[in-house]
Amino acid sequence: MSEQQKNSYPKPKLVPVPSTNIIPERDVDKRPILECRHLGIDFGGLTAVDDFNMAIGRTEIAGLIGPNGAGKTTVFNLLTKVYQPTRGTVMIDGRDTAGKTTIQVSHMGVARTFQNIRLFGNLTVEDNVKVGLHEYTKYSALSGILRLPSYWKKEREAHEKALELLSIFDMQDMANYQAGSLPYGAQRRLEIVRALATQPSLLLLDEPAAGMNPSETAELMNNIRKIRDTFQIAIMLIEHDMNLVMGVCEGICVLNFGRIIAKGTPDDIQANPAVIEAYLGKQKEA
Amino acid sequence: MKRIRLSKTNRINFATYGGVILAYAVLQFLNGGGMLSSTIRGQLVPICAYVTMALSLNLTVGVLGELSLGHAGFMSVGAFAGAVAAAALPITSDPLRLAASMVIAALAAAITGTLVGIPVLRLNGDYLAIVTLAFGQIIKSIVENLYIGIDDRGLHASFLENRIIFRDGGRMILNGAMGVNGIAKISSFTAGFVLVMLVLVVIFNLVDSRAGRAIMALRDNRIAAESVGIPVTKYKLMAFVISAAMAGAAGALFALGQNTITANKFDFNTSILILVFVVLGGQGNMWGSILAATFLTVLPETKAMRGLADYRMLVYAVVLILVMLATNNPTIQDFINTKFRKKKKKGGAVK
Repeated sequence: MSEQQKNSYPKPKLVPVPSTNIIPERDVDKRPILECRHLGIDFGGLTAVDDFNMAIGRTEIAGLIGPNGAGKTTVFNLLTKVYQPTRGTVMIDGRDTAGKTTIQVSHMGVARTFQNIRLFGNLTVEDNVKVGLHEYTKYSALSGILRLPSYWKKEREAHEKALELLSIFDMQDMANYQAGSLPYGAQRRLEIVRALATQPSLLLLDEPAAGMNPSETAELMNNIRKIRDTFQIAIMLIEHDMNLVMGVCEGICVLNFGRIIAKGTPDDIQANPAVIEAYLGKQKEA
Repeated sequence: MKRIRLSKTNRINFATYGGVILAYAVLQFLNGGGMLSSTIRGQLVPICAYVTMALSLNLTVGVLGELSLGHAGFMSVGAFAGAVAAAALPITSDPLRLAASMVIAALAAAITGTLVGIPVLRLNGDYLAIVTLAFGQIIKSIVENLYIGIDDRGLHASFLENRIIFRDGGRMILNGAMGVNGIAKISSFTAGFVLVMLVLVVIFNLVDSRAGRAIMALRDNRIAAESVGIPVTKYKLMAFVISAAMAGAAGALFALGQNTITANKFDFNTSILILVFVVLGGQGNMWGSILAATFLTVLPETKAMRGLADYRMLVYAVVLILVMLATNNPTIQDFINTKFRKKKKKGGAVK
């Protein structure tokens, strides 16, 4: 069984990338927003991710799943250049990101949230979003200190934009709360809002539903779709909640021990023996 | 949930401005009526200088979140640049000469801050603290071996005393380890007040702007700040250089209120003293810094405390440790929260 599986997903040394089979039909003609080719990273002698090939359509919601320690977050860190890859390339909207920094990749249109929430805890909710709007509220530090007209104009714009973004999750009323004092779920939502404030074309969500109850997760699913429809962006998410992944993702990529073991639609993945084996272990040969 | 009302920061800012203006008015009135003792009167300019130092270090420690143990180094650069400028500038009006010297001092300190900051700000935490500590010592050594003189051809500088050959009327301004002697005391309490107010305006307006938010964002979480595209080095350097420039201006104010200054005045102990102001007043808390700097400058000069002068640094060390223990102790924090914060919350709920 597993032998057969290996054949249907061969080591993609010569396979033309992207494997378009999981890009939704409406995006197939357009250039994918993200393309990874033979992406890999070693930490010392340990290969954390190897031969990672993936393409994501411009308005696709993609899922990245796998058992604990499979290398999912490492992939996100490679995409956002927190780590520089040992091998392979990452193309954002057709542009190579080799040698780019996290900051530059952010300016190229990649935004992310973090598994362990990383908010600016001492700032207000609104200021967290305004930090995300940094690139779109440009005025010099001097005009800020001297309170020149450009300060007032841009600050008003930033204020309105921040409230508008917060309203996605109905959080306008919390604008003046300290971000670190928010309840857990609200902190996760605020991270998404802050990421959206950078006006990304690809949004990476690292376990957005972690710690949420089923009704919050259901709401999150709707919101993920809503974000995609409103902003017309691609979303890639890491998640352990299979209801969310199977419910919202159009293409799913399964990672185990740093390698892709399956790619496909939710239905494909659910029926894939290699995936079942990775999650539940191998069935004893009868 | 702790709710920060929109106007709260503004209220604190305006209260701080108001407090400083009030303190200035009262002291000026008392001074005019001859009701201040000569000790206090002599301390007015140093108080302003130390308040500025505390505020500027609070920008590095409280707002940027980096520990700097060499802040007196920038004060030293400013003090000697200011003293040399005041001696060399051909401006007859004292307030103008003071202002020009302070601007030159701030610029000199800002340039030093940039040169130090570019390599140093790549470090974090303890490493940064150690390098800034070394920087303070290096500045002290350089100034102790620097000779600057003036004659009708202009300024001359050398690391060897006998290298400077003056024409007629030439004189030494900075005399190596002897420092600068016979400074014209052109600093005034009013100038100090203006400097403190300026520094407050710059800090408050910076913090409540795009750049300030970026600085605080990378203090709270550098990785997240990078992920939303905040250029980390740029904003770190910006905060560090602004802080250095303020320290330079404070140094000039201080130096021009003394007869003599030597490099010894701005040693490691002074850096720690300023850090004590900031920690005692609360990191990121500007009015706290002002109060702490004022009291800890005046207190050792009062008659009751004179006898303890030798133990000053020992007392500060103990105070520093106690404050850090207290602010990190959950029991004490709970106590403070229940005693003080709850009342405020109730007041807010009624609204």
